[in-house]
Amino acid sequence: MELKPLYIANALLVDGDTPRPGSLLVVDGRIAALDPTEIPEGTETINAKGQWLAPGIIDLGVFATDKPAFHFGGITRAALMPDNGPLDGAGLVERAAKGGKPDLWVHPLAAATKGLAGTELAEIGLMKQAGARAIATGRARIADSGVMRRVLAYAASLGLVTIIHAEDEGLTAGAVATDGEMATRLGLASAPAIAEAIAIARDLALVEETGAPVHFRQVTTARGLDLIRAAKAKGLPVLCGITPAHLLLSDTAIGDFRTFARLSPPLRSEEDRHACLAAIADGTIDILASGHDPRGPEDKRLPFAEALPGMAGAETLLALGLNLVRDGHVSPGRLFELLAGTPACLLGVDAGTLAVGKEADLILVDEGTPWQVDAKKMAAWAGNTPFDGMPVQGRATMMWKGGLRIR
Amino acid sequence: MTSSTLRPASDYPPGGDAFRHRHLIGIAQLTPWEISYVLDAAEQWVDLNRSGAAKHDDRLAGLTIINAFFENSTRTLLSFEIAGKRLGADVVNMHAAQSSVKKGETLIDTAMTLNAMRADAMVIRHGSSGAVQLIADKVDCPVLNAGDGRHEHPTQALLDALTIRRRLGRVEGLTIAICGDVLHSRVARSNILALTLLGNEVRVVAPPTLTPPAIERMHVTTFTDMDEGIKDADVVMMLRLQNERMDGAYLPSAREYHALYGLTEKRLEKAKPDAIVMHPGPMNRGVEIDSNVADDPVRSTITEQVEMGVAVRMACLDILTRRKRGVVGWN
Repeated sequence: MELKPLYIANALLVDGDTPRPGSLLVVDGRIAALDPTEIPEGTETINAKGQWLAPGIIDLGVFATDKPAFHFGGITRAALMPDNGPLDGAGLVERAAKGGKPDLWVHPLAAATKGLAGTELAEIGLMKQAGARAIATGRARIADSGVMRRVLAYAASLGLVTIIHAEDEGLTAGAVATDGEMATRLGLASAPAIAEAIAIARDLALVEETGAPVHFRQVTTARGLDLIRAAKAKGLPVLCGITPAHLLLSDTAIGDFRTFARLSPPLRSEEDRHACLAAIADGTIDILASGHDPRGPEDKRLPFAEALPGMAGAETLLALGLNLVRDGHVSPGRLFELLAGTPACLLGVDAGTLAVGKEADLILVDEGTPWQVDAKKMAAWAGNTPFDGMPVQGRATMMWKGGLRIR
Repeated sequence: MTSSTLRPASDYPPGGDAFRHRHLIGIAQLTPWEISYVLDAAEQWVDLNRSGAAKHDDRLAGLTIINAFFENSTRTLLSFEIAGKRLGADVVNMHAAQSSVKKGETLIDTAMTLNAMRADAMVIRHGSSGAVQLIADKVDCPVLNAGDGRHEHPTQALLDALTIRRRLGRVEGLTIAICGDVLHSRVARSNILALTLLGNEVRVVAPPTLTPPAIERMHVTTFTDMDEGIKDADVVMMLRLQNERMDGAYLPSAREYHALYGLTEKRLEKAKPDAIVMHPGPMNRGVEIDSNVADDPVRSTITEQVEMGVAVRMACLDILTRRKRGVVGWN
């Protein structure tokens, strides 16, 4: 199908800190010009009516290819965690990569070890050839430090970032919450928050030795963030991310045994939550992702400790990110670095910013529209959101993937 | 002996305001006067239970009570069964071992099945914290929590409060040491909530490996030294230590536990001279408690606790079914 050129006028372009009035031209699926002076013949024109025009969200680290939820949330690309399958072979990676095209691009993250068992290296090189953009340790970390060291060195030689889950399995064995008053009152097995910092410290030492680039997918504690901050000051190739849940909720949300608030890592104390907000404001946190992990009643309508962790987050990612803007933690431009620019760099894809030559993965954002999160009416195939009932503002109203209108 | 604390029913607000709960899930939902109301209501059942041959009251005649125990229990199940039968109800017991739970049916499905059988009250025990609340949210009848995971065991705390009140004449302004495996104990959590709420000083005495994190946020002081923890206490409440905790993961051995935390006659001298000794049972004699302490007729309340258990459970079943039975003022 031949793509007509696309001209989006009367927009507020999110290509700097503050959205600025402007327009944008797309030719052959790529951004051809910002504020173009000449519009080619036969161009389709969209009047943005003053809405934000921003890069499509690149959601780094989702557990399901859930297209309706991604499209609702303005997500044009999703990096798929290797846990379902697991994605530890080239054929599986290739199939996962084709999963959403053309209107959603799925970038599979290859399993770092065979079967994600944490013992033997997976065929990382072959999976890279099949389309893997990075490797990941999955829902858990690699417990064996020797294996982890070899994984890091090997992936680095192939130019791949290793995406890490950071929790010390000895401390977190059997735990379903973070140590604290809430876990104690509810009688839930809990683990100390330092389980995260201990895991981060080990991997940072390995990064220092191997020089391998890593991304800690979720860093959720003050002590963990302090370690990341120090590592960055040393110049280590380290990125870290977070989901809106750990920025906006603390462990009080598990009161009444709400299994939708059972997450991995578990929700933390209010002090840690504030440390996360400070870290997103000061630039320590690089990526904001949904951690999209839809789970139906068979996994969630259970006693708390028997329910599986995870939340459906794709639909609420943008609106909750805009919360951070309204509360003054980040600028609009920085929000889209967290949501698209930095994930694009990590994955090595030619998108994620409004710049000439980039793929035209675009969203129009009506940043003021109020709506209410409703677990019963989600586009995702399961509505397990810890934000059920929360009033939010802002949603994607139109979106394009490579210049092709999706919504 | 109880006349000083037993208030006549006319002292309470009329109708359901005396106990405004559909279920009894935990002490956490109760107010101090609601606890007192249940204790006062239990007194008449103590008298009835002691009254000789015809220990019967038929106010629950025609009602069906299901005791659904997803976790093994002998004494609590028996206590609830006797309580229900003494009030004239038809009591049915469901043991997890005989149920479809073992065949993979989910807890909610089991609950819906029981609900469809039109029980008038359900008594539920489950090994997972929060499970009883989950069931209560789905069924149409009152639910009594007979213990969920490490979370709560409200009737145990109520019977313990009643025992203390009858033995010491009050259950306020006392110093109460709760000793042992507090980390894994729902009995400890419910008792901490009830006893602090009623205005007592509660101490938690446990090895650090069995002390819950942030427990001081529940308004208790913590001790790792048993002698110090029970010093001048009015009540020494021992907890059961499960055998699997003594295999090296939480504690080095049973004999080390006994040496450091076992309640011996000598150790009990640290407490007040008239201090009482409690244990929810079943006991590990020679581990957390010595036989001569457990069997001391003056200080040990262990059999009295069992007796109060039936009375308190009768009171709870009576109160929670009043709406169903159309008792005047309870709607």
